Amino acid sequence: MKNLIIKGEAKTPTVEFDYNKGELVISGRSIPENSIEFYKPIIEWLELLKVSDKDKVVLDIKLEYFNTSSSKCILDVFKKLEEIKAVGKEATIRWYFEGDDEDMEEAGQDFSAIIKVPLELITVDEL
Amino acid sequence: MDKSHLFEVYEDLDRRNVVLSFKGDLTSNLLTSILHVIEKKLDRYDESTPVKRKVFNVLVECLQNLYLHSNVDDQDANSKLSVIVMVAKSDNGYNILTGNVVPKENVKLLSERLTDINKLNKEELKNLYLETLTDGKRTSKGGGGLGFLEIARKSKQKLEFGFVPYNDKTSFFSLNVKITQ
Repeated sequence: MKNLIIKGEAKTPTVEFDYNKGELVISGRSIPENSIEFYKPIIEWLELLKVSDKDKVVLDIKLEYFNTSSSKCILDVFKKLEEIKAVGKEATIRWYFEGDDEDMEEAGQDFSAIIKVPLELITVDEL
Repeated sequence: MDKSHLFEVYEDLDRRNVVLSFKGDLTSNLLTSILHVIEKKLDRYDESTPVKRKVFNVLVECLQNLYLHSNVDDQDANSKLSVIVMVAKSDNGYNILTGNVVPKENVKLLSERLTDINKLNKEELKNLYLETLTDGKRTSKGGGGLGFLEIARKSKQKLEFGFVPYNDKTSFFSLNVKITQ
């Protein structure tokens, strides 16, 4: 399976999904007006991953900002990880936030409360 | 507009400590530029990181609301109406003011929605946010129905809003979001 690499722009995040390592990273800022369009290839890639041989994946979310349009799409991404876990693979989410960013910490807790994949909150000095 | 009138506008903006103002069509590129400008300004004013984050987050939602809803008639792409955006310094933070023309039939719904949101406390806002996040719905404009909830959560203050009749079919909708230290 091919890796999924999308270069970040002013309103869209960098996406680095490495199939061999099972490491998926979304970083930067996700504030596009139309997030559905941006997240479509990500969802499709995860759909392929679900039926692939890969048995372990870790998704790192290192977002500085995300808008409400993206939040529903991020939830869709997490729901795909739920499906990946449900077919017997190991799936983990790591939610990174800057120590003094209470809103981002709370957003991580919010997601953690509504999804069935282990979500680890990780504090960093700077994203 | 004569010279003295322009000066009045200038003085008014100056008196209100407006750090950024815009009136016109809001395109996606312009939205990006406004966000870029405000980020640079907040850096220059040496604002604390939490204030910078809040102003930026709220401005993103306000601008995207304007962007998604400044078409009065969806059938006619030429009917894109101009909007107004202002970011002003206040005694203890910032005010983010936005205004746009909305169809008269939306006034009641908008007014009720904002009034309802203003009645909610922190916990209730969070619960409604999570409920809306997980409802799997998208609005007709591609929004998630979360914008005002997010603005209210981030601002932690009541949303100030008002309507002024514009013509027989439309009203001018204004929103003032306060960000404090």
